Amino acid sequence: MSSLALMRRLWRPQAPTVRHLPELGRAVGIPLLTILVFLFAWSQVAPSIDTSLGQIPGPMAVWQQTQNLWAEHQAERGRAAAFYAREAQRNAERLAQDPTAAITTLTYTGRPTYVDQIVMSLMTLFTGFVLASLVAIPLGIVCGLSTTVNAGINPFIQIFRPVSPLAWLPIVTMMVSATYVSDDPMFAKSFITSAIIVSICSLWPTVINTAMGVSSIDRDLMNVAKVLRLNWTTTLIKVVIPASLPQIFTGLRVSLGVGWMVLIAAEMLAQHPGLGKFVWDEFQNGSSDSLGRIMVAVFTAGIIGFLLDRMMMRVHRLVDYRAACGRQSDCRLRLQSGRS
Amino acid sequence: MIVPLELTCLTKVFPTPSGPFIAVKDVNAMIDAGEFVAVLGHSGCGKSTVLSIIAGLQRATYGGVVIDGTEATEPGAERAVVFQSPCLLPWLTARQNVLLAAAQRATRHSRRENAATADRYLEMVGVADIAQQLPAELSLGTQQCVSLARALSVEPRFLLLDEPFSMLDSLTRFELQDTLLRVWEESGKTVVMVTHDIDEGLYLADRLILMTDGPGATVGDVLQVPFARPRNRAAVLAHPQYHVCRRHVIDFLEHHAHQSRPSALDDLLESLSCG
Repeated sequence: MSSLALMRRLWRPQAPTVRHLPELGRAVGIPLLTILVFLFAWSQVAPSIDTSLGQIPGPMAVWQQTQNLWAEHQAERGRAAAFYAREAQRNAERLAQDPTAAITTLTYTGRPTYVDQIVMSLMTLFTGFVLASLVAIPLGIVCGLSTTVNAGINPFIQIFRPVSPLAWLPIVTMMVSATYVSDDPMFAKSFITSAIIVSICSLWPTVINTAMGVSSIDRDLMNVAKVLRLNWTTTLIKVVIPASLPQIFTGLRVSLGVGWMVLIAAEMLAQHPGLGKFVWDEFQNGSSDSLGRIMVAVFTAGIIGFLLDRMMMRVHRLVDYRAACGRQSDCRLRLQSGRS
Repeated sequence: MIVPLELTCLTKVFPTPSGPFIAVKDVNAMIDAGEFVAVLGHSGCGKSTVLSIIAGLQRATYGGVVIDGTEATEPGAERAVVFQSPCLLPWLTARQNVLLAAAQRATRHSRRENAATADRYLEMVGVADIAQQLPAELSLGTQQCVSLARALSVEPRFLLLDEPFSMLDSLTRFELQDTLLRVWEESGKTVVMVTHDIDEGLYLADRLILMTDGPGATVGDVLQVPFARPRNRAAVLAHPQYHVCRRHVIDFLEHHAHQSRPSALDDLLESLSCG
């Protein structure tokens, strides 16, 4: 057989078998299959790589660590509950002996568990994200409305957008240390540093998308605003913002994804408790479980990122006026009987 | 005598890479209070440019629009526009769209008075029953009715219509023409309507302003429409003068609208001397 004929045989599309699969099978079965193939390949390859921290953990080892982390979390919660129970009992006894006794309540200061660290990461992410949105949306609107402002801002967008979060870290750390001086700080410096780095890096997609959305508003609608002589704020609230809301949310969705990605690096370097610090600590810890635990963190980060994206997609659909009609199933019917 | 709406030597020149393009040139017209004027011409001859200058959306290069003896270069509360497409804000219901305009009247009113005005005009154009629906749920004809109600809600003296029915099917168009005629008779507004539909012009207007073809479009002829008011379609169509008028307009559009013109530079110099 000539090599050409062989290639042709290999290249022949396998469409018939795929076409015969029912829709559900394709939507669920194929991802399931690829995941199984991945897990199998992973479990085959992993043991063959030896590191100074032992073998690369396979799927079973990672699953084991997931359970461990959950058990540790439960145990820590149990210890906290027991601590508070003891304290309550002690105070009750003391009050029984002497009703005027001074009662002391202490806060349990255990190590943050894996779940606590995820929650902390999410809080840092949302702080940074809200900060970024508060700057990016107005900036994007102004850029979209005025070509002059856009020309002025554009160089900064182009230059700062590709900068790695790691490059910002030393500057932001030093600036936070110099400016955020307080005897009784409300937030940890590492928290502020991480949040600011998240905002700086996640700002740009929202700015760009908002500016695009605003500048591409239907000219007819802007003409309506002009002939009705709507003032600037009314035009903004009634026309500009609703019209560009879908685009703004596209930007926010991308920004949130970027922010989540940046956050892990920021936490790692700023040493702020969270998933990033967890990874770094495990790496420094260097036990035989560390690699497995880091992999748990990798999958956690991936799944949370995916869920955040889904959440933003939902919100995006809610604010999209173009989808408003599609939400009502009887819309098409009404469209036909609209002129009565 | 002060004319309510006057166009004097209205000229619009657009700068293009290949030199200035004269869209309309020396358009002169006087429009009386309560008159219904239709501006008729071939597509793209510059009719809409004239309307948009009257509306204040564009500025004339030379000449201009004079309202009650004062030049008007910006949109004003005494003028309201219905565009070719309904242009309703898609995120607001029909009523909210009209309400937005009612709040923009020349004199300030309370919230309740604005709501009453909006409802009155929705009622007048016959779309009160769909007031709570979003534009996307309405047919194009109904949307255009809402757009008309919106324009009326500003309570303007001049209603400017830019080919308002050209996107509708002919049955809906007839229906909306009747609505417009009724509204005009009830409200006594001065109407300037741009159209390329001869029958529409003859049925609705008191006077047809016939435009020549662009570039350098200008008023080629003016036709007084002889049918008595109030009009109904059957009577107009049966009127002995109807076909005479119609043939006159068609004859103009076919033979006289295209005129050989001097070069763009000559036009520019000529228009300079006009102002």
